[in-house]
Amino acid sequence: MDEIIRFDNVVYSYAAAGESQETMSGPGGGGAAESGRSADGHRQPEPDAGAGGTPALDGVTLSVRRGETVAVLGHNGSGKSTLVRMLNGLLTPLSGTVTVCGIGTGEEDRLLEVRQKVGLVFQNPDNQIVATVVEEDVAFALENLGVPPAEIRERVDAALRDVGMVEYREHAPHRLSGGQKQRVAIAGALAMDPLVLALDEPTAMLDPRGRGEVMETVRRLNRERGVTVVMVTHHMNEAALCGRVVVMDRGRIRLDGTPEDVFLRADELRALGLGVPQTVALARGLGLDAAPLTDEDCARVIFDFVRGGASAGG
Amino acid sequence: MLKDITLGQYFPGTSLVHRLDPRAKLILVFAFITALLTANHALTYLVILLYLALAVTVSRVRPSALARGMRPMAFIILFTAVLNIFYTPGRPLVSFWIFTVSAEGVERAVFMALRLLMLISCTFMLTYTTSPLALADALGRLMSPLAKIRVPVHEFAMMMTIALRFIPTIIEETDKIMSAQKARGADFETGNLFRRAKALIPLLVPLFVGAFRRADDLAVAMECRCYHGGGGRTRMKQLRMTGVDALVLTGSVALLAGVSALGRLGWFMR
Ligand SMILES: Nc1ncnc2c1ncn2[C@@H]1O[C@H](COP(=O)(O)OP(=O)(O)OP(=O)(O)O)[C@@H](O)[C@H]1O
Ligand SMILES: [Mg+2]
Repeated sequence: MDEIIRFDNVVYSYAAAGESQETMSGPGGGGAAESGRSADGHRQPEPDAGAGGTPALDGVTLSVRRGETVAVLGHNGSGKSTLVRMLNGLLTPLSGTVTVCGIGTGEEDRLLEVRQKVGLVFQNPDNQIVATVVEEDVAFALENLGVPPAEIRERVDAALRDVGMVEYREHAPHRLSGGQKQRVAIAGALAMDPLVLALDEPTAMLDPRGRGEVMETVRRLNRERGVTVVMVTHHMNEAALCGRVVVMDRGRIRLDGTPEDVFLRADELRALGLGVPQTVALARGLGLDAAPLTDEDCARVIFDFVRGGASAGG
Repeated sequence: MLKDITLGQYFPGTSLVHRLDPRAKLILVFAFITALLTANHALTYLVILLYLALAVTVSRVRPSALARGMRPMAFIILFTAVLNIFYTPGRPLVSFWIFTVSAEGVERAVFMALRLLMLISCTFMLTYTTSPLALADALGRLMSPLAKIRVPVHEFAMMMTIALRFIPTIIEETDKIMSAQKARGADFETGNLFRRAKALIPLLVPLFVGAFRRADDLAVAMECRCYHGGGGRTRMKQLRMTGVDALVLTGSVALLAGVSALGRLGWFMR
């Protein structure tokens, strides 16, 4: 069975989880403290969602197969980060189950195993690099797992090679560009030899060039190493590069399919507060019922359209 | 401007002193300081001075760099020396008004100044030739036996590493916030002390908020990479004492201990 991740009717609410942790906090106080901070800390979450009882995840069922690349879309506060944090047991469902390779993320004694199988990369590269030297940072997870030094060395070198950062191995992370830092962060996760690489808006703080570097790296890892990728993004053209697109809204999965299928439903996407890639928008603007994802596809569709129009007219 | 701050001032190099195991260097510095503080004879001072000179030569640290590091201390050294000159009783050399300069005073002043200068040089030699990371690491490893008596050695070493990692990031952020506040008309440079301290508040508040957010993010990122405290951890880079390290270490410690002991036991000719 090549199913690698399974969400079964998962429900999660930060407010409820907070209450069960700190048994007696006042109803107002607890809510206010929690709603002030979004998972990645950069965007202010919607004031009343999540805290006031609306669950951050509201019955999510999802299955990801080995080798897939899944883009997760959705407007701010729709539950994308929460979903990603479920993947390696950072958060555990209030009800329902999340299993990774058959291991429930709630099984406390197997938590390290789950963490090792799912590498997580976050938005801000500055805040996830631990060490003062690139290669030491990449080694961090393996040191934690108690891997013998010689093997750490090998796996660190391999991970750095995989993200194309070998020549920077002895650099100080704070001197690197954003895209390079993010690749170091990816290498840090990759060193664990994870089956799944989950990335929460990995390109959000990068310039176009850094975005390109990171996307290229992630796709190559999927292609050459067979790493399963789950990636949250707000960039439709990045989503278009994935094999599968999942659209979330208010803690639920609304659309799930190939990029072509999903982007053809532009009206539904608009209703969920999302757009479509520019190529799709162009085709639709011309009144075509197609969702071309690359420039070439778009050109072909338009070419066919123009020629068809010309032959019909002439 | 803030970017110019370097912590501990490390000058990378490949000399024997640079390559010496940082643990050995720490022990050496300790031995050196002990010898210096127990020295009571000119010959002892001479040997220690020669030893330091040798270390500086081998390390290729420029003496001017040492001198530059010494400058802020110059006043204290001078002050101590002058005090010693006038307040040591003994055979008077010159006397005027209420002051008397004694031969013992001059001798003591010279040695005192020498002692301070060498003390400072030796610590500078350590930080000039050892990266802060290696230093933190070595300190952690030297202290690791203390973990048995529940001293949180791993935690301290981890804290130091993280601090070293984030100092440049936070300095950069300070620069950014300062520029942002200046663009809004903040004035950090004029006014009395009180005014200036007050002007720092709009700098410190966002800085602290940012630091806490970073700490939060970092904790999550560490957890994602299977961090679970110091138990069962291995290290990629093993520090290994080579033959050279051991030789330099034992040789130096023997020399320093020997010369200081001989001096104290009065075996040098007076
Ligand atoms: N730490 C938290 N404490 C309380 N509520 C939270 C916390 N993090 C997120 N929430 C709430 O849970 C809901 C889902 O948030 P989540 O961060 O998963 O959204 P998201 O899709 O990642 O949004 P964004 O695009 O802004 O990153 C939001 O309504 C948010 O307000
Ligand atoms: Mg998010």
